[in-house]
Amino acid sequence: MADDDDDIVLSELDDEELVLQMHDDLYDGLKEEIEEGTNILLARGWEPYRVLTEALVGGMTIVGKDFRDGILFVPEVLLAANAMKAGMAILKPLLAETGAPTIGKMVIGTVKGDIHDIGQNLVTMMMEGAGFEVLNIGINNPVESYFEALDDFKPDILGMSALLTTTMPYMKVVIDAMVEQGIRDDYIILVGGAPLNEEFGKAIGADGYCRDAAVAVEMAKEMMARKHNRAAAG
Amino acid sequence: MTLTDDRLTREGLAADGTGRVLVLACGALAREILAFTRQLDHIDLHCLPAILHNHPERIEPAVREAVARAEGYERIFLAYADCGTGGGLERAARELGLEMLPGPHCYAFFEGTEGFLARAEDEFTAFYLTDFLARQFDAFVWKPLGLDRHPELRDSYFGHYAKLVYQAQTDDPDLTAIAEDCARRLGLAFERRFTGYGDLGDAMKRWIAASD
Repeated sequence: MADDDDDIVLSELDDEELVLQMHDDLYDGLKEEIEEGTNILLARGWEPYRVLTEALVGGMTIVGKDFRDGILFVPEVLLAANAMKAGMAILKPLLAETGAPTIGKMVIGTVKGDIHDIGQNLVTMMMEGAGFEVLNIGINNPVESYFEALDDFKPDILGMSALLTTTMPYMKVVIDAMVEQGIRDDYIILVGGAPLNEEFGKAIGADGYCRDAAVAVEMAKEMMARKHNRAAAG
Repeated sequence: MTLTDDRLTREGLAADGTGRVLVLACGALAREILAFTRQLDHIDLHCLPAILHNHPERIEPAVREAVARAEGYERIFLAYADCGTGGGLERAARELGLEMLPGPHCYAFFEGTEGFLARAEDEFTAFYLTDFLARQFDAFVWKPLGLDRHPELRDSYFGHYAKLVYQAQTDDPDLTAIAEDCARRLGLAFERRFTGYGDLGDAMKRWIAASD
């Protein structure tokens, strides 16, 4: 990248400049630059968790905000997410080694009959970035798959996603099955997806409707804090 | 006004204001509805821009506004299905006293809503195109998803789809070739399914009979 005088050499930037540049690069979906920036910060002795939160999550938060405000659209968010994913791939094994803090655990999956997972993949990444351990069980999940994941992974939160008005009612099928099994109140249930709204979330008995990945993270943090407070008081 | 697909996508079609009955429709259905009403002077067709479908939350307000402005009609029919409005259009139609099309979207009513929904469980990996959407593939799919600028995103969007089902309203080999090319561009298997006008045809016949 040296044939243009205006090109920025990431390794020549100081830490603060580099983090801001990585925010710009994430915004522009520049995967290779994010990988390079991540490696540079690590080589300078940054803790993996600090790289994750300050450089990657910080940048993705700006992307999420501009998506919410209608400045960025789905293709740009996807490119940014792919860039962040590349940085996360470098950090994940290091985070496991260094014992980064875990706020809580989440199982997330798209409901039966629905194959759209862009939103839930984004939520997965942002939740991981915020310190949650996430099991993403993919697309087209019947009640049994959710139950199996809850049983195996023992999460605090169940997240369900749907893109279609024809599939979103299945979320209620899952919640009703949880009520029937007497396990509904063992989990925080968050739902999301383009055709949903808060009213729908309430009607099916979810704890929260998340209009985007950033809201999902904030809501999950808040509900985990309440859960801990209740446990402490209790 | 010349009826072009681009215009139906971006602007819709204004009613000529000479009829006593109005069909308020999605621009994506203009040609199919005109196939029934072209010779009927007492029925006006007003189409809203078809591209509203890429922002379903804008459909209900646009319909309400169009109905509020449609003065002097004895009766108005609404040629929309739910179209991603999450029941919003159905509520609006009920409030405004309008009959609308059945089912979730045009893919369903062209095939016949009942049969489509019955098959839905086995066909959720199908991506559908109608005649209009095959002709306007770039405007509705390719460009809004950024695939013209970032073709590498294709599998993020379509990786879980298995086939493209082209629901043909008409027998048109050129259009079939276009639809097949759309499937190739998306990396999907291709299936052509002749549907004719399906439930839309039934509704149009019923609405015409009720307008006489």
